[in-house]
Amino acid sequence: MTCVHLLLTLVFAVSLGTPVEIQGPRGVPLTSIQFYVENKPFTCLDGSRTIPFDRVNDDYCDCKDGSDEPGTAACPNGSFHCTNAGYRTMFIPSSRINDGICDCCDTTDEYNSGAKCENTCKELGRKEREVLQKMTEITKEGFLLKQHLIEEAKKGHQEKQIKVTDMQENKKQLDEKVEVLRTVKETAEQPEKEAKERHLKAWEGECSCLYSESKQGYISLSPHRWLVQLPSEAFYRYVTEKYSCTSYVSSSCSLFPYANPTVLWFTAAQKARDDFEEAEKALREMDDQIRNIEKELSFDFGPDAEFTYLYSQCYELTTGEYIYRLCPFNRVSQKPKYGGSETNLGTWGSWSGPENNKYLLMKYEHGTGCWQGPNRSTTVKLTCGKETVVTSTSEPSRCEYLMEFTTPAVCQEPANTDLSPHDHVEL
Amino acid sequence: MAVISIERMGLLSVFCVCLFFNSAFAVDRGNFKTCDQSSFCKRQRVLKPGQSPYRALLETLELSDSRLTLQLINDNNKVHLLLELYRLQGNMTRVKINELKPLKPRFEVPDVLIAEPPTEPLSVLSKDDNGIVLSLGAESQRLIVSARPFRLDIMEGPEVLLSLNSRGLLAFEHLHLRKDTQAQSDGAEVKESVDGDQQQDEGEKDEDGQSDKEEDGLWEETFKSHTDTKPNGPTSISLDFSLPGVEHVYGIPEHADDLKLKTTDGGDPYRLYNLDVFQYELYNPMALYGSIPVMLAHNTQRTMGIFWLNAAETWVDISSNTAGKTVFGKMLDFVQGSSEKPQTDIRWISESGIIDVFIMLGPKPSDVFSQYASLTGTQSFPPLASLGYHQCRWNYNDQEDVKSVDQGFDQHDIPYDFIWLDIEHADGKRYFTWDPHKFSQPKEMLQGLMDKRRKMVAIVDPHIKVDSGYKIHSEITSKDFYVKNKDGRNYEGWCWPGNSGYPDFTIPEMRAWWASMFAYDQYEGSMENLFTWNDMNEPSVFNGPEVTMHKDALHGKWEHREIHNIYGLYVQMATAEGQIQRSGGVERPFVLTRAFFAGSQRFGAVWTGDNAAEWGHLKISIPMCLSLGLVGVSFCGADIGGFFKNPSTELLVRWYQTGAYQPFFRAHAHLDTTRREPWLFGPENTALIREVIRQRYALLPYWYQLFFQAYRTGMPVMRPLWVDYPKDTATFTIDDEFLIGSDLLVHPVTEEGSRGVTAYLPGAGEVWYDVHTFQKHNGAQNLYIPVTLSSIPVFQRGGSIIPRKDRVRRSSACMENDPYTLYVALSPKKFAEGKLYIDDGHSFNYDAKKEFIHRSLTFANNALTSSNLCPDCNFLTSSWIEKVIILGASKPSKVVLKMDGKETPVDFEFDSSMSVLTLRKPGMNAGDDWTLLLQ
Repeated sequence: MTCVHLLLTLVFAVSLGTPVEIQGPRGVPLTSIQFYVENKPFTCLDGSRTIPFDRVNDDYCDCKDGSDEPGTAACPNGSFHCTNAGYRTMFIPSSRINDGICDCCDTTDEYNSGAKCENTCKELGRKEREVLQKMTEITKEGFLLKQHLIEEAKKGHQEKQIKVTDMQENKKQLDEKVEVLRTVKETAEQPEKEAKERHLKAWEGECSCLYSESKQGYISLSPHRWLVQLPSEAFYRYVTEKYSCTSYVSSSCSLFPYANPTVLWFTAAQKARDDFEEAEKALREMDDQIRNIEKELSFDFGPDAEFTYLYSQCYELTTGEYIYRLCPFNRVSQKPKYGGSETNLGTWGSWSGPENNKYLLMKYEHGTGCWQGPNRSTTVKLTCGKETVVTSTSEPSRCEYLMEFTTPAVCQEPANTDLSPHDHVEL
Repeated sequence: MAVISIERMGLLSVFCVCLFFNSAFAVDRGNFKTCDQSSFCKRQRVLKPGQSPYRALLETLELSDSRLTLQLINDNNKVHLLLELYRLQGNMTRVKINELKPLKPRFEVPDVLIAEPPTEPLSVLSKDDNGIVLSLGAESQRLIVSARPFRLDIMEGPEVLLSLNSRGLLAFEHLHLRKDTQAQSDGAEVKESVDGDQQQDEGEKDEDGQSDKEEDGLWEETFKSHTDTKPNGPTSISLDFSLPGVEHVYGIPEHADDLKLKTTDGGDPYRLYNLDVFQYELYNPMALYGSIPVMLAHNTQRTMGIFWLNAAETWVDISSNTAGKTVFGKMLDFVQGSSEKPQTDIRWISESGIIDVFIMLGPKPSDVFSQYASLTGTQSFPPLASLGYHQCRWNYNDQEDVKSVDQGFDQHDIPYDFIWLDIEHADGKRYFTWDPHKFSQPKEMLQGLMDKRRKMVAIVDPHIKVDSGYKIHSEITSKDFYVKNKDGRNYEGWCWPGNSGYPDFTIPEMRAWWASMFAYDQYEGSMENLFTWNDMNEPSVFNGPEVTMHKDALHGKWEHREIHNIYGLYVQMATAEGQIQRSGGVERPFVLTRAFFAGSQRFGAVWTGDNAAEWGHLKISIPMCLSLGLVGVSFCGADIGGFFKNPSTELLVRWYQTGAYQPFFRAHAHLDTTRREPWLFGPENTALIREVIRQRYALLPYWYQLFFQAYRTGMPVMRPLWVDYPKDTATFTIDDEFLIGSDLLVHPVTEEGSRGVTAYLPGAGEVWYDVHTFQKHNGAQNLYIPVTLSSIPVFQRGGSIIPRKDRVRRSSACMENDPYTLYVALSPKKFAEGKLYIDDGHSFNYDAKKEFIHRSLTFANNALTSSNLCPDCNFLTSSWIEKVIILGASKPSKVVLKMDGKETPVDFEFDSSMSVLTLRKPGMNAGDDWTLLLQ
């Protein structure tokens, strides 16, 4: 039978450099110690009942909230407080007291299990401080970089807006040019059209001479253009039926060469058409450019547009088997290292971080489908870093990928704190 | 897992893909034979009940002390059979029938019986020309051998308990030389193939008159491009059993079907042939992964069993004269008193081997269990940790993944004992190895788990990658331990690694070698907290007939046909032996198997294979495990959540609730499913799952004690109600609720959106207590229980005492020294009893050194007493009794602990609204003698 009574807990206030003894039942945090007064009846912290003090930490659960057994495993919902001097204080579920596993770095959770625990708090504290320091440095530098990114993004944004405005101006001119050329073209085409019609009528009248092995000339048959696609037999059948032709005409029958004035009209019309088409193409290109820039401007690049720089970039990570490629705001893909085709792991979906900061996760969806499974998708987890790098990828569920990505763009302004050890001791 | 993930099987030919691809979610029945497509089944089933052509030659009777032999003759073909009858200790009769002079020996299944069953003297009571009457011992039981036609009847007093060949379906295809095909021109319908065919003309009984037509599948048989050459020709056997007065038969797993077996008239018989069935269908008699040819027959008077010891493909037909009668019809019969007696008729058909039947005469259910256990052994006593929760997935991707899942359990404060690695952990599916990238430091991983007092299982399948650089393959090759094909070369088939060999586990030397591969210095990266899972051991052969091995493959001189159903048992046997040996015989093994046979219970746990995330599959897990429990395999479970497809959150929660109350408690999922660790479904569902896993852990002392009992006596752990209420006909078909031991009744919620379940509480004059609320209910009633998503209806029997460890920790090992709470549920007569079993939880010292505590706890006359059931046992525990909760109590004025001649008062609280008395911290050691007096 184990029966554990009050034990003294020593708390070293490291910051002061001198030990200060504070008495209290095992497993009680300093903040609650006033509720546990020796030799006075103890009232469960939920107020549900009052018990003699010798039932506190007597390895039997009396309080529904577990508060009478802060230092034993008796209550299913209790928690144990370890001071962990030198590291950070911690609450553990009381089911981890004396279970043979060292949970508290100060070893206080294993006082009766035979587990050989070593006090690792100092080491842990040192390591944590190192990590924190490093993180702080990274954050600091990252945050500076982020400021640059924001600056650049702002600049870029303005530039682009100006550019769009300029382009829209240019576009207006182009529009006008296109209209002018259209008129020119239509004017030039009129005589051509008439000549063609005349020619066609003549041709139709002589449909018996139509069939020709030579494809030459068919192109001008604009109303019948599709006929050219037909195999010659079908073409012949069609034409003979449609135009009541009766006989098969040999290939020597060639009607198509146009008369000379017709050809001249053609040349003039063709030039007008070319000019028009060129202008129209320029307009289309302009339109595309404008649309692209507007699309870019419409992306959610973060509260300060700090993610702008990722746009139209790609980042790769090579693993044992694959090369993973993340093109932010576009797509994620995977390609076998030693040949084979690329697999789409998802195209840009949305920011999907937690409510308080949705910019911590990116979701890429609707990638290549899996056999008997869903379409591939990827979640990209962003962490603060000086560099912009894909640091790892995994596939926790089949066809659901997780990618870790560092970028200065998520670095938060470092809190101006001093990282000396005493900050980690609860008082 | 079953065959197929097409994407992952780049090497597999298009041929294979076609074979298994199935767009609808259901089994492709076309891949598996019906009786009609299995030529011997078809031939045998053509035989209809009638006069048997067999005659007993009484003049050949020889009776030694315990063995009677007698020749039988088939009057159609004059072939002689030898009948052997044994009276076995413990109220059993063994009937063996073989050819008197077979052309060559016929196969008899070894390694299933734990020993040659001890016999008892048989004596002839009377004998005349018509037959012999033998005494079967004291209880006026007689065995009557009738001569013409031959039949056997076992009688008790005036009642016939069971008859053999009463329907004349004894049939024995004797070995004979092939008479080649000239007879094909006869044009006559050839029906001779079944020797027992009574319709055959006397005149052409002569063997020379026989013809073996190809299309009869006698000497060759083709199924879906696979040709089975049959060098021995037709060898099938059949025998019928009639059970007067029996309407309920159970057993012959494994089938995805109801607990009570159905009649098979008009459909296929139940099939026993170990097969890897991709996406199996529910409620049909198709064969699945394992086979146990044991059937139980039960009525209010008696329980009996039939054990058909044959490892070849087997079909079982069941018919009943009351099947199809309505309850009203039966009542009418009863009222009119004119009815024929209900009767169930069984017929066993096997492809090969001999007839070797054990008739277990009960009469109580527990007698049948101990009778069967005396033949094939009991459930191995598992390590305590293996009764905890198992977290499995195909696959945990790498060591990092294992670590983060392990941490996930701690973060969410959910206990678990084992994390599992499926086939992807090995280097190119070369078992006994580790993927050099994903699992480069297995010992580091195992040590990490050991630091948390947790364990791991890694899969080791019996198909071995053909790769000269693979140690296991090259050693098996050099030792010539592979199964051979019909031409004598190593048999090769497709499985996970691609082209694979199959070790011949029927060779004892092969098994010994296999076992030695589990030694820590052989199995690199293994440690004492690494255990094993044998999957695909039917054996699964992706490009084989019915996804298994060709029947004409060779195990030494025997064809695979003869041993098929026992292959999987041998794999688990050798693996378990390996685990025992690696610890120098000290530690208990834990091995899970998918394929099994009679006797597999001795080697570990079984699961119901590749089920699916569907409500129907959750529901069927109950009858499937109940059926296994009835025939010896107590350590049974189904993949929680369903292997294929993604479960809804509700289904997953319900499955955890059900699985927590089934013996083997493991969640598992297919590679293509999304992650489903317990904390991935929101805090509320995490809490529900955590709660029910904790309920499991609190009850581990009870589970452990039940497994000890199962190990000792053969009593199933998870059982149908009728086992404990054999006279209550209302219980006979119940398979949506079950008992754990005798004392917990569980009615899981297995319907989507359920708002309530109706549980039958058995036992007139008994009471049951809801374990969650302590509410008392009367027995012998259908109780409607409203349910929410948090409900898992569980009741403790009034009259029982269940020890629990209510301090649930992160693994069972962490709870080793924790105190007990005794839940004493009083019967209406204010009585209760229970047992407490304690040992070290993992070694064989309970057996080798009697290092255990076994105590009887009895509440009677207002005193709760702990007394020693094993005075010469020797084990010390630091566990103590922290609390006693007495349900159905009245308020005492005083409670006193009597121990070592001293009396000390004990604090208590009484809840008068629920009549619950709680004794506070009596504090005695769990191994001590003590009495608590309520005054």
